[in-house]
Amino acid sequence: MKVRVQNHWPPGHIRTPAYLRGKTGEIEREIGLFNNPEQNAYRLPPQQQRLVRVRFTMAEIWGDAAETPDDVIEAEIYAHWLEPA
Amino acid sequence: MPHDHHDHDHGALSPSGHPYRKDDDIVLSYWQMMEISVRELLIEKGHITAAQIHNQINTMDARSPANGAKVVARAWSDPEFKSALLTDAGQASRDMGFDIGPMHLIAVENTILVHNVVVCTLCSCYPRNLLGLPPDWYKSRAYRSRTVIEPRKVLSEFGVEIAQDVQVRVHDSTADMRYLVLPAQPKETMGLSADELAYWVTRDSMIGVGLPQAPK
Repeated sequence: MKVRVQNHWPPGHIRTPAYLRGKTGEIEREIGLFNNPEQNAYRLPPQQQRLVRVRFTMAEIWGDAAETPDDVIEAEIYAHWLEPA
Repeated sequence: MPHDHHDHDHGALSPSGHPYRKDDDIVLSYWQMMEISVRELLIEKGHITAAQIHNQINTMDARSPANGAKVVARAWSDPEFKSALLTDAGQASRDMGFDIGPMHLIAVENTILVHNVVVCTLCSCYPRNLLGLPPDWYKSRAYRSRTVIEPRKVLSEFGVEIAQDVQVRVHDSTADMRYLVLPAQPKETMGLSADELAYWVTRDSMIGVGLPQAPK
């Protein structure tokens, strides 16, 4: 399934890397429910979020500057950062 | 007495030819001061003891890549274990008897089609509960930024050339999972016991920046 990482830039403790925001990838696997670090980091009562491994191509992330377009990066993204693509 | 002579030159080299390292007589940083203060308060108020802290440091220091090497060697020699490792590497490591605490571990397998390499662009996440503390370069800004931009160039600087028909898969440890690369078993090791195989598994091969090597 294809998903897009939201292109949001909120302040605070964010574990969605800047270079993946706004990028589209394929769900590699669902990992399970984890406490949302954006709340956890500030001792706020954390909501559980689905954590998802998403696979992005180098071409999608770096465009024409990609070292090898078909190589991939996989990263864990919390579900509230993802939208259908 | 060795320090009585007056021609002692503090700018000189040690007997092994290295410059003497200066004492670290520098002012504590804000965060160092914070760590010491919190630690001393926890001890003073009786929440934990200095011995408990020291034991925890010793436990972490005792973890080493040799633990991961045993896991990889078993996966090479025991197909059922390999399948368990690829399903849930944390549980498979615990079942082998390793105390990895609450760590969530994923093993990623190198094949003739895929080469895996692990990085943490946001900080320095590393499967330290299995492999021990990460190497310094793993925490450097250069490794953390370049591995997602030009992984093949980074790997070649580690002496690993990846053929163009092999896909490079970079795993960015952005959140709760930690990663262990299961390197491909070298052909010349087929038939060796798990104990013998473990000597071939290097730390770097489990991060993905190296390959297994014949023991020296």
